[in-house]
Amino acid sequence: MVQSRGFIGRRAAPKTALPPGQYVTEDFPVLSAGPTPHVPFDQWEFAIDDGKDVLRRWSWRAFRELPSEHISVDIHCVTRWSKLDTAWEGVSLDTLLDGISDDAAFALVRSFGGYTTNLPLEDLLDGQAWVAFNFDGEDLAPEHGGPARLIVPHLYFWKSAKWVHGITLLDRDEPGFWESNGYHMYGDPWQEQRYSGD
Amino acid sequence: MAGTAVLGRLTWKVCTVVGLRDETATARTIALQVPEWPGHVAGQRVDLRVTAADGYSAVREYSIASAPRADGRVELSVERLPQGEVSPYLTQDLAIGDVLELRGPIGGWFVWRESQAEAIQLIAGGSGIVPLMAMIRSRVAAASDAPFRLLYSVRSPDTVWYRDELRALSGAIGVTFVYTRTSPPDWPRPPRRIDATLLAEAGWSSTLSPTCYVCGPTSFVEHLAKLLIASGHHSERIRTERFGPTGAQR
Repeated sequence: MVQSRGFIGRRAAPKTALPPGQYVTEDFPVLSAGPTPHVPFDQWEFAIDDGKDVLRRWSWRAFRELPSEHISVDIHCVTRWSKLDTAWEGVSLDTLLDGISDDAAFALVRSFGGYTTNLPLEDLLDGQAWVAFNFDGEDLAPEHGGPARLIVPHLYFWKSAKWVHGITLLDRDEPGFWESNGYHMYGDPWQEQRYSGD
Repeated sequence: MAGTAVLGRLTWKVCTVVGLRDETATARTIALQVPEWPGHVAGQRVDLRVTAADGYSAVREYSIASAPRADGRVELSVERLPQGEVSPYLTQDLAIGDVLELRGPIGGWFVWRESQAEAIQLIAGGSGIVPLMAMIRSRVAAASDAPFRLLYSVRSPDTVWYRDELRALSGAIGVTFVYTRTSPPDWPRPPRRIDATLLAEAGWSSTLSPTCYVCGPTSFVEHLAKLLIASGHHSERIRTERFGPTGAQR
């Protein structure tokens, strides 16, 4: 590392340990690749498929009848902001995937508007991921991914797909949208896996 | 983790400040000489790392403003945020000959490639002009004939970046300035936001199926993306890059 003459910087001590290279923000930046899809509840659907057949499907009403959980998690965006103690309500992926017998090892998450992101299936299980419909006590706003978005707080936040529409279970890892555009296939913030090759 | 179109690992490169130019009272263009720069595509970004004497360092992401050049000179334009940690240093303290670390280029989506011959609609809000300026400059550098139009929304005449260069280019590309708070004295229109009428007057018609690049603050991008869709543009043809509010730290 080389010194930058005259740079002092701030050393605000965060109350929580942060992944390397992150800083805390109090507001909630919006980052998306295209226009915000506006999905009416009566056209909303969430489906899990294996690439050939739909294994399970929920309408908004059926989805909202599933048991939900309140979670409070830190989120870490690859553009370096982290937001601490964010409060969400959502349905655990353990609930959504319960009883699906498939030996797939990977998941491609699909969104309204065409966005996709990939992750190992095991990262969606065991209380690590939710489809959230409420942020901070309010219905999730469209620009933040409403009606519902994925929340996978232990990976960089681009994995937490907005406007989530379904999951395709796959035997092999397939790059999603950002993963095809220079970003890391896995995206662990604690390993600073920002870009492909990191 | 194999399988994607892989770039090499992005490594930090020590680069030297070789030029500084004020764009406005609060924005500055920084020219850097980057060793072994692999080249970039217009619209891409870099990570910039600044390090204090005690080893403390901070990294921020900035859009590249310049067209790719073979000599490894890369220009960034930075807006000073009053509460920022890095931008005040970059816009006020940095001097020619100083060194910084940079890695990139980053991002493969919000880009314009010379091979794109279709009509291009650029829409910038404030400092969102930077990656779009790189596209305009790349079009010039590549002697491309792609039909470009730029709608550039600013608060007031003194917040226009790249003013002389954009004025000199109008003719080759359609440039429309939109003032939201204060217009120049001789301006034919009162201050206004971009609305459907202005978009129809100054932008490409959706019947041309232009690729639209919209960059600016979140509320601006949301507003413009809605206007574009309402005027018949397809969402797949609209690429957006949003920034802020990102707290007081950039």
